[in-house]
Amino acid sequence: MTQDALSRLLDQNDWLMADGATGTTLFNMGLTSGDAPELWNVDEPDKIRALYQGAVDAGSDLFLTNSFGGTAARLKLHEAHTRVHELNRIAAELGREVADKAGRTVVVAGSMGPTGEIMEPMGPLTFDRAVEMFHEQAEGLKAGGADVLWAETISAGDEYRAAAKAAELAGMPWCGTMSFDTAGRTMMGVTSTDFVSLVESLPNPPIGFGANCGVGASDLLRTILGFAASGSERPIIAKGNAGIPKYVHGHIHYDGTPELMADYAVLARDCGARIIGGCCGTTPEHLVAMRAALETRPKSDTKPTLDEIVARLGAFSSASDGTGDNAGAPVRERRGRRRRD
Amino acid sequence: MADEDDDIILSELDDEELVAQMHDDLYDGLKEEIEEATQILLARDWAPYKVLTVALVAGMKVVGDDFRDGILFVPEVLLAANAMKAGMAILKPLLAETGAPKVGKMVIGTVKGDIHDIGKNLVSMMMEGAGFEVVDLGINNPVENYIETAEKEDADIIGMSALLTTTMPYMKVVIDTLVAEGKRDKYIVLVGGAPLNEEFGKAIGADAYCRDAAVAVETAKQFMARKHNQMAG
Repeated sequence: MTQDALSRLLDQNDWLMADGATGTTLFNMGLTSGDAPELWNVDEPDKIRALYQGAVDAGSDLFLTNSFGGTAARLKLHEAHTRVHELNRIAAELGREVADKAGRTVVVAGSMGPTGEIMEPMGPLTFDRAVEMFHEQAEGLKAGGADVLWAETISAGDEYRAAAKAAELAGMPWCGTMSFDTAGRTMMGVTSTDFVSLVESLPNPPIGFGANCGVGASDLLRTILGFAASGSERPIIAKGNAGIPKYVHGHIHYDGTPELMADYAVLARDCGARIIGGCCGTTPEHLVAMRAALETRPKSDTKPTLDEIVARLGAFSSASDGTGDNAGAPVRERRGRRRRD
Repeated sequence: MADEDDDIILSELDDEELVAQMHDDLYDGLKEEIEEATQILLARDWAPYKVLTVALVAGMKVVGDDFRDGILFVPEVLLAANAMKAGMAILKPLLAETGAPKVGKMVIGTVKGDIHDIGKNLVSMMMEGAGFEVVDLGINNPVENYIETAEKEDADIIGMSALLTTTMPYMKVVIDTLVAEGKRDKYIVLVGGAPLNEEFGKAIGADAYCRDAAVAVETAKQFMARKHNQMAG
């Protein structure tokens, strides 16, 4: 079997630049709030091509397809759950078309976002059903020519495992990132350290793993440092938001400037990330600044300290991220737990 | 574990110990134990409303506090809420029979233009876990869904959620419509979602912005207490 395009690029380069925001860009192109972005793969293909082209022109080595909400669970909200294969296939086909014209290797990564449902035993979604939905999506992305699958914004360990299983069933290489947005953990309480253990325990581990979205660049880099400290040799992915959305005088804007995102990109590399991109709010303008900084500024031999990150990018959202010396969260004193048969 | 052999028989505990044990069992999300203990208290002639407030709601407060303080995370909270709901299912018909005061009723949904629902679902589950009745409108709700449902259901609270910076301004449309129709004072309006903050909540005229599901529950309880006091006074 020939090596996949992403692994090849990783062999040839110390770092790769991923893409920026999909949602932000599509809204700027006129996507109406409430509509499913995935329907545009069929209804507005030129705009999806333009989305991908924006990342390629800004120097991205890989971009994610417009299929984040492409599982049956999400598409059902738009009565489009019977179109999973079609919408995902076309998302990847349009990507293939743009990537193959780039004149260099650009990886088409088939985006798979969370199902949005809560898994057993807390919620109704079974592991098998989650696998089935991701697999259905993965087959569409594969048919459209995606190089790799790319699970992102996952918060539950079991949902990550389900995406891994789907990649195995589809016979595809994959990457997967979680979103650490709750006091340095995922919504479901997963720490950076927990996540590394999870990744390394999988029968078909991802090519790369990491963090995306969340709450600002500083928090994301703290998470990256947590991954690096675990000693994993696996490529680490950093895709942070362009700052934090702020409501100022009746308008919303992300406070991350291209300069800040350039600093973030270089710091992410210093922290140990090898695949670096943006998430919500990250426009091609940000990506150009990030690429320039990564190419012109030397990589530091030492990892930045938490204090340096705060000084450069701003404060963390929480004092601790639940790892290392700070792991000892207070424990509630309780009566003896009863024996369960 | 040191207490491994220390098997507790719920029915042998006195009331005080049993309630303390229920708080622990809620914390651990033990549904069957909560069901059993609820039946035991009822058999000991506890009023259904007392079981609800003293045993279940008080136990969930501990869970909510530890979620707020970063000791518990969503999975544990959801298991606790499920256990609470199992006890609640036993109490519900009895509460209705005895005409006990209601904790409160909330109509909740993600606003028009917004298709995100995880946060809203968490609030829904935790509100139910705290004893509230919840009518979930789902995603992408125009103003009339909120108001018509709140009127029809005789709700106390309207909850709105948004994840997008492009959709959060729609919350103001709903509140402005309530004002225009002279219904604003009938409802407690709570808003939440990742891009929101307290300043935004105030700016659009909501009663409160709720940072997370635990805060939503606490805030709802406070406003309901105020509402009851006003009615009494």
